[in-house]
Amino acid sequence: MSLTILDNETLGYGRTAVLSEVSFALAEGERVVLLGRSGAGKSTLLNAVHDRLAPAHRVALVPQDHALVPQLSVLRNVLMGRLDDHGALYNLTNLLRVRAGDRAGVAEVLEAVGLGPEIDRPVHALSGGQRQRVALARAWWRGGPVLIGDEPVSAVDETQAGVLLEQARSRFPTAMLALHDVGLARRFATRLVGIRRGAILFDAAPEDLSDAEIAALYAG
Amino acid sequence: MPRLPRSTQAERWTRPRVLTLFLALALLALPFADLSLGSHDAGAALARMLSGFIRPDFTAVEQIGRAIWLTVAFAVAGVAAGASAGLVLAPFYHLRGVRWLCIALRSVHELFWALMLMQVMGIAPMTGVLAIALPYAGIFAKVFSEQLDEADPRPAQVLPKGTDALSRFLYARAPLALAVMKHYTLYRLECGMRASAVLGFVGLPTLGFQLDSFFRLGDYGAASAIMICYVVLIASIRLWMRPVLAPLWLLASVVTLTLIQSPPMGSGALMRFLTQDIVPAPLRDGWDGAALWDWLKPLLLSEALPGIIATVLVAQIALALTGALAFAGFGLIVPRVTSRFGRMVGHLGLVILRSFPEYMLAYLFLQIFGPSMLPAILALALHNGAIIAHLLGREGEEIVPSLRRDAPRGLTLWSWELAPRLSGPFIALCLYRWEIILRETAVMGLLGIATLGFYIDSALAELRLDRALVLLIATGLLTAAVDRISRGLRRRTSLGEPRRYRDECC
Repeated sequence: MSLTILDNETLGYGRTAVLSEVSFALAEGERVVLLGRSGAGKSTLLNAVHDRLAPAHRVALVPQDHALVPQLSVLRNVLMGRLDDHGALYNLTNLLRVRAGDRAGVAEVLEAVGLGPEIDRPVHALSGGQRQRVALARAWWRGGPVLIGDEPVSAVDETQAGVLLEQARSRFPTAMLALHDVGLARRFATRLVGIRRGAILFDAAPEDLSDAEIAALYAG
Repeated sequence: MPRLPRSTQAERWTRPRVLTLFLALALLALPFADLSLGSHDAGAALARMLSGFIRPDFTAVEQIGRAIWLTVAFAVAGVAAGASAGLVLAPFYHLRGVRWLCIALRSVHELFWALMLMQVMGIAPMTGVLAIALPYAGIFAKVFSEQLDEADPRPAQVLPKGTDALSRFLYARAPLALAVMKHYTLYRLECGMRASAVLGFVGLPTLGFQLDSFFRLGDYGAASAIMICYVVLIASIRLWMRPVLAPLWLLASVVTLTLIQSPPMGSGALMRFLTQDIVPAPLRDGWDGAALWDWLKPLLLSEALPGIIATVLVAQIALALTGALAFAGFGLIVPRVTSRFGRMVGHLGLVILRSFPEYMLAYLFLQIFGPSMLPAILALALHNGAIIAHLLGREGEEIVPSLRRDAPRGLTLWSWELAPRLSGPFIALCLYRWEIILRETAVMGLLGIATLGFYIDSALAELRLDRALVLLIATGLLTAAVDRISRGLRRRTSLGEPRRYRDECC
């Protein structure tokens, strides 16, 4: 079943079109990876798909800039993934003193991304790679049927990236990510979408795409 | 072409022209200003005071200590109440009703608030606390809302869609602005200390009251002692007011203030104030348009208008003098321009002038020069000039290390490198303080100078609160108009909002 459909739509910021007349559908159980040079329009497509999905589905989002609150602890930043599950009073008291159950749940998620010991540190004290893993933990904590991530493993090393993507695969039945590492993308994806100069160049299973076809995306 | 009017407008308002305009206004105002030295001998008065001041006398330690502690208590309680109210209002500041309420609250000077509140509550602790808290609530709401707007919006954007507004605010908006908000509140406490001290001049038991008593007794040694304590207290504020200690200070302040005995007010004072006293006299028995006009016309023509004229005269002269002092003086604290010893002296002088509120300086000068516009102008220019000089000096300190290695020193460095580079911030700061100078000028009427405050004070003394209210509104409108013009000029000379100086606004 198709979760979302873009039919010949032009996407962009304000009046500048970034993607012109794109058609795109995401089906349940698919793992789509967007490839392309920076500025090609991957983020625009991800944002558009997120906005279509979010009203009706529970979507976990990992934005490119992480969008963390540096002044708050890792624990509270991760908790933000589920604020909409609770009322204001619950969230307020949780902000002042996190409930033991929530803390245990978040600790488990942080353990998975390798941030167990950092649970009470403020985010501003973390390195770039650690921050990215906080953003991932926030999405893991949110959970749900769909994960959308914009370069979610760009700041961690390749081994870690593989482990984290493996976790993403087991936690979310459906996923749509932008990645720049073609090897990682091939291993993760059930579908690779190549974007170049504001248009979709290819949209196929990884085994049906040659390295040369993918390399053409990045050619001058 | 549609762009043409903008560019011609921009050409009309170049920075040198703005400067010339303000200098010309001040020169035009000069002949109309009463700058006489009063009847008595200024030299002798000065000599008497100076001889007392160089021999500070701390024997009245009990009175000094009490006045200082109450000054702190009123400031802490007032600023805490104002900040709390401002924090609650800040998220709603974009609503027109809230914004106008805040503008109205802060357009009335603390001293005017105190005088009006006294009609309802008498000389009670609550009068002093509210006199600070009400205008500060308006200021805090504005600044907090700006600080929230300037914070990174992204964390709030990625929160799950169904997140309620309060959680959204508490998790993803407030924490981002908390540090700057804390910093600003601490700075405001410094302003609150000045406001609290000055409230003593209208009868609350703070520093101004004690200073006034010492002066009336001719006890200049004790006056000198209390002023030294005050400067030390303000200069060391960052040492004794730590965020962790804040709840303790607040608790101590509240306890102190609740223990103050104050004369009881008759019951129903508030109702009488709202339904009788501030209603224009001819309207108290029902609407009568003709009578209202007959009442309003002489009030506007023979009180509001002369008050406005005098206020503007004093403010314009003071502004020009402020600029001159600041421009000439900022080099005093910049390395390579002034020697290490010279800088120490410069810093000390600027700190002292900054610590004393304009009103208190004007009070001091009044004792020396007698009643005229001169004490007010000097007080305004010295206090505001010291603030601008301090800010420009700090900018200068940042510029000096980045200068080329063979840059000149001393006066040449000041005139060739620093003055031209800092001319933009200089004009922005002067325009920024224009409104503050005007506000303070109006309130100096309480000292007997014929600005708007004088007429307000007279109306209050006659218990004609309805007339006082009209004059207060006139004062608020005048301040708002100057704020508007100042903002327009800053925009047209592309100086913009000097956000980084926002902190230094009292």
